[in-house]
Amino acid sequence: MEGIVLNYTISPDDFTRAGEASSDVKRKLKQLGVSPEAVRKVAIAMYEGEINMVIHANGGEITVEITPERILMILADSGPGIPDVEKAMQAGYSTAPDEVRSLGFGAGMGLPNMKSYTDDLKIETKLGVGTTITMEVRLE
Amino acid sequence: MQVQDLIDSGRFKVISLGEDRERELTTPFCCDLLSVAMGHAPSGCAWVTVMGNINTLAVASLADAACIILAEGAALDEAAANKARMQEITVLGTEEPVFEAALWVWQQMKGQD
Ligand SMILES: Nc1ncnc2c1ncn2[C@@H]1O[C@H](COP(=O)(O)OP(=O)(O)OP(=O)(O)O)[C@@H](O)[C@H]1O
Ligand SMILES: [Mg+2]
Repeated sequence: MEGIVLNYTISPDDFTRAGEASSDVKRKLKQLGVSPEAVRKVAIAMYEGEINMVIHANGGEITVEITPERILMILADSGPGIPDVEKAMQAGYSTAPDEVRSLGFGAGMGLPNMKSYTDDLKIETKLGVGTTITMEVRLE
Repeated sequence: MQVQDLIDSGRFKVISLGEDRERELTTPFCCDLLSVAMGHAPSGCAWVTVMGNINTLAVASLADAACIILAEGAALDEAAANKARMQEITVLGTEEPVFEAALWVWQQMKGQD
């Protein structure tokens, strides 16, 4: 299927750049005329995934595929993996260290936001190997 | 009530001037935890917080807040100030606590209804 593919490399521990990939996707979706509601969903879900890669996974790669039907976000990292996905998905669960908590992170709401702002969320993770999160936002 | 009305009120220090100042405010919104704000800040809100780091700017922009009000005399660090200019987000400041600042915005909004 014809579509637009965007690729981003996310650097680890770089809070001054964190969110730039999500901002860029937001800008491009707006230019493409995607509805404001869908743009907002993608922006929120992708930012949470992007910042998780920065904080928890030593960075990674994000691929965004845009077709008229849907926006697919694939976030792949080679971080530590998630030992208990069910627990990680719970609102309020966080292993964020103190220095990032003092920046306002660590509410344990990132993954729950990713779930509630997308139509589909899939997490594949292996301890010591990494995590790949696939999220889909469907368009009209 | 628009972002420009907040600026014109003289009640806030103007820390950074954004682009879309004619934007209508939907509500004040208070929270310092970024992912809670990300999940719950309504589009078009005046986000009142004490967190003035670069991530506040990213969240405001991605969650589509109309402006940021830094309460309790909180300031933007340098990276955040640059980001505010780049993203063209209006950032205002006040010495007041979060609740008082938000309440005032709310009262002005109701007064103009
Ligand atoms: N890509 C990842 N690699 C490894 N662990 C992760 C990854 N993403 C999330 N986690 C784990 O899942 C937990 C919950 O993530 P979530 O985004 O919900 O909360 P948080 O990042 O800790 O805090 P918040 O997002 O509210 O600032 C994290 O604390 C971390 O332990
Ligand atoms: Mg998170």
